[in-house]
Amino acid sequence: MTNLTLSEAEPLSHWEEPALPVRLLRWLRRDPRAAISLGILVIILGAALLAPWIAPYSPTDQNDELILAGPSAAHWLGTDDLGRDVLSRLIHGGANSLYAALLAVSVALAIGLPLGLIAGFTGGWVDSAISRLVDTFLSFPAIILAVAVTGAMGIGLTNAMFSVGLVFAPQIARLIRARTLVVRQELYVDAARCFGASPARLLIKHVLPNAVQPVIVQSTLLLAVALLAEASLSFLGLGVQLPEVSWGSMIARGYLYMSIVPEQMYAPGVLIMITAVAFNALGESLRSALDPTTQGHG
Amino acid sequence: MVTRVKQRMVISRLLQALPILVLATFIVFCLMQLIPGDVAVTLAGENASVERIAEIRQAYGLDQPFFVQYGQWLWQAASGDLGTALLSGEPVAQTIARTFPNTLLVAVYATLLSIVIGVPLGILAATRSGSKLDGGIMGAASLGVALPNFWFGMILVLFFALTLRWFPATGFVSPFEDFSQALWYATLPALALCTNGIAEVARQLRSSLVEIQSSQHVRTLHAKGLSPARILWLHGLKNVSVNLLTVVGLLFNKILAATVVVEAVFAIPGIGSSIVNAVLQGDFPVVQGAVLAMVVTVIVVNLLTDLLCTLLDPRINAS
Repeated sequence: MTNLTLSEAEPLSHWEEPALPVRLLRWLRRDPRAAISLGILVIILGAALLAPWIAPYSPTDQNDELILAGPSAAHWLGTDDLGRDVLSRLIHGGANSLYAALLAVSVALAIGLPLGLIAGFTGGWVDSAISRLVDTFLSFPAIILAVAVTGAMGIGLTNAMFSVGLVFAPQIARLIRARTLVVRQELYVDAARCFGASPARLLIKHVLPNAVQPVIVQSTLLLAVALLAEASLSFLGLGVQLPEVSWGSMIARGYLYMSIVPEQMYAPGVLIMITAVAFNALGESLRSALDPTTQGHG
Repeated sequence: MVTRVKQRMVISRLLQALPILVLATFIVFCLMQLIPGDVAVTLAGENASVERIAEIRQAYGLDQPFFVQYGQWLWQAASGDLGTALLSGEPVAQTIARTFPNTLLVAVYATLLSIVIGVPLGILAATRSGSKLDGGIMGAASLGVALPNFWFGMILVLFFALTLRWFPATGFVSPFEDFSQALWYATLPALALCTNGIAEVARQLRSSLVEIQSSQHVRTLHAKGLSPARILWLHGLKNVSVNLLTVVGLLFNKILAATVVVEAVFAIPGIGSSIVNAVLQGDFPVVQGAVLAMVVTVIVVNLLTDLLCTLLDPRINAS
């Protein structure tokens, strides 16, 4: 042990936060649930991104001689009603399903964040007006509103997931509004205001970073809901359109041949469930990691 | 006993619901405005003649200013006239009256199943919190929330209808024709819909019970020598029942929305499948009317649960 006087020691150096990757690794080591769910998501997302290279066949390649065939060495999960390789369709379908979920949550954030921030920060009649609107939207049955909006905007995956995002936006807005109400009263916001920071700067530099944590958690949980919404809408024929494929549309296809080859519908459903569980578990882990009042996870 | 404080709360809650109801009708009305292009042309369908388009424009009052149109539509809707379906020509109100009871039966059935199965599971997990059983129930619950219910419905059809032949695979009997038959047909759809509900009820109940059990006053009761069952009943469940009521209200609304997909799996002639069919066929008056019926139902259910909570909550007293 070296003898250091107080003045020789680097002042407060051990208070510095370690870099983000280090903190991330530490968190994952402490929380196995987060590590496992993140691992699963990385694998599924990786497979989706690399779909054109790792899928053994094209998702639309038809083989007339292998209709509704069972698993074989050439086709690990068999073929569908048009002789297309099920595994390749799962990989490509996953790309569309995940894209859909991300799109919906991004739309929800793009609409919900500014609305909630403005409502919470401005207060007064603006807040009442936005809050009323948000409350009303929250009383709509989500999936039904999404179906109706999709119908009005035109059927298709992008429109469908835009509608789902629109339906999710009030949840984000309500959450960020509640946090903004708390954060805007903090001393550092007052201090920044006294130094002449503009409202826009106050919002983006001081309020948003300190109010955003619950939104990160909620967005992760919403990804699971969005994934299920994609499956529902594509199952109904309102989402992904031929010749594109998603997990939801694969279940819809499997439904038609359910009495002949029930195996066709298992894989996409199981994948949806695994991915949704992983998003939920990651969200819960993030919640306890970001919440200073809970220690560990519970 | 209804105190004056409660009376005042009930009245203010009723007044709060009114603007939401009006705003909701406005949003439903605006749905039509989202349709790209000329609504009259879309409503008239493909290859419609110019006269037909003009006729539609007049029939729907599309030549009027926006807020006049909204006012007219709202007035007609309030008096029960929701327009007519473009394809079948059936009045939309009649379509709703024909299909909504089927949906409600399935939704209420699924909600009851969620409570009947979810409550004991939640109590079991809470009383043995930290045990393997608790872990198992909570693990199953996280699967339950992530289960695509229409997919689970297909699996139920496969095993209980196609393989075991215990239940009919698809179709429905109106509850007004033959109630026991209707229940028979509604069982598999309700089972498919209740997984998320069971999981949610069990989770919520467990977490509120665990919280109460670790509270000071319950610890004191233990120390005084009250039996655990008596504590659970008198101090645990009675305290969380108000909480649970809110959960059940929200749950019913969620299940009601989820019927839209499950009805497609079981070919149930409900309001959900009429919305989906109308969307696929571009039959917008049906979409508008059916969505309106759903939203009004949800707002009323929210209102009723809130009012019940206010009336039942022992903490709200004449203070």
